[in-house]
Amino acid sequence: MALDKIGIAKRIAQELKDGWYVNLGIGIPTIVANYIPQGIEVEFQSENGVLGMGPFPFEGEEDPDLINAGKQTITALPGASFFDSATSFAMIRGQHVQLTVLGAMEVSQNGDIANWKIPGKMVKGMGGAMDLVASADNIIVAMMHSNRAGESKILKQCTLPLTGVNCVKKVVTELAVMEIKDGKFYLLERAPGVSVEEIISKTDGELVVPDVVPEMKI
Amino acid sequence: MNKIVGNVSIALNGIEDNMTLMLGGFGLCGIPENSISQLVKMGVKNLTCISNNAGVDDFGLGLLLQTKQIKKMISSYVGENDEFERQMLSGELEVDLIPQGSLAERCRAGGAGIPAFFTPAGFGTEIAEGKEVRIFNGKPHILELALTADFAIVKAWKGDTEGNLIFKAAARNFNPLMAMAGKITIAEVEELVPAGSLDPNQIHTPGIFVQRIFQGEKFQKRIEQRTVRHKV
Repeated sequence: MALDKIGIAKRIAQELKDGWYVNLGIGIPTIVANYIPQGIEVEFQSENGVLGMGPFPFEGEEDPDLINAGKQTITALPGASFFDSATSFAMIRGQHVQLTVLGAMEVSQNGDIANWKIPGKMVKGMGGAMDLVASADNIIVAMMHSNRAGESKILKQCTLPLTGVNCVKKVVTELAVMEIKDGKFYLLERAPGVSVEEIISKTDGELVVPDVVPEMKI
Repeated sequence: MNKIVGNVSIALNGIEDNMTLMLGGFGLCGIPENSISQLVKMGVKNLTCISNNAGVDDFGLGLLLQTKQIKKMISSYVGENDEFERQMLSGELEVDLIPQGSLAERCRAGGAGIPAFFTPAGFGTEIAEGKEVRIFNGKPHILELALTADFAIVKAWKGDTEGNLIFKAAARNFNPLMAMAGKITIAEVEELVPAGSLDPNQIHTPGIFVQRIFQGEKFQKRIEQRTVRHKV
């Protein structure tokens, strides 16, 4: 069965490594914070100026001055720090943040990502996404395999305006985990009960499929 | 040097039509809300506003959009605002969207006397069109120019008569950078104290960057997305 959003987040959480600073985008990536594997320590960076971001506050304890990049009220964990936006993006551009997880509307087989604009329809701006994808060493995209019309979002070439080029390393969808390497998608894992044939049929980009594709362990 | 001005109306004196303003804040967090209300009262028009976001329909910079006082917005993210979207799609409002990190650094550079810098952000995308590209360490970068403003308007938690500022939590965001980049920088603070009351070790923005300071009369501090967890 295809994963739900929480399933995608749980699978991505398995990629976290002890000692990492991690930036999580809005949507599915935010959920990753709820499933940190036991025995490891990671710290979450929010690009509006928080390191050591904690969970949502208890009701009645919300602080309008303490929000994340999605403008949600949050808390700060012991050892947290606050800083200005230039310092925040120095952490990002300077590759002090080890992992970026973000959503996408389209991803292509050479690692291009589009997630900020649909011409004529939606122009909200890129926020920090372009800085994040241009610099992060390790970028995982959390997304659905197809759009609402059933068209693949895992493409040979993106059709929407790009956020960054040649930058995505791994994609986790409701169907599969794929690595991007040498201009191709490599199928690493499939969601429990999902067939390789279904993944192939829903992937527009070039997909390398090994003889055995293990199921994800969620 | 005493930077205190009596109220918001004196603080904003000199802001005229067609000027470029920087306004601190991220979303509705750390915005100079008293000054924005005063700009609505003043009715100054054709403003170019540099601010990460454009507020919401009925608060923050959204108020200046309702009254059509803004000619051009320079921002990184402008969702959550229907009037903004309407004016942009109809062509009434000019919009320059910039990656958030580049926007922050362009303000910092403007205040720091650095006219331009290269960044990898946006290479290969439409925002790189017409910009100089250079390869450093095997990686392409685009040239981004510094930003300055006729007036920078920032919001701090505490400030003293010298103009020294301390920000609270995530309300710091763009405020210290914009404070550096204004020809005249106005700081509205929640609490204004005499010089010597703030620990010099804890100052975020040294007073040299601030020309006018006043205590805001009232702060609504609206929350855009109230998210909570429940006690178990």
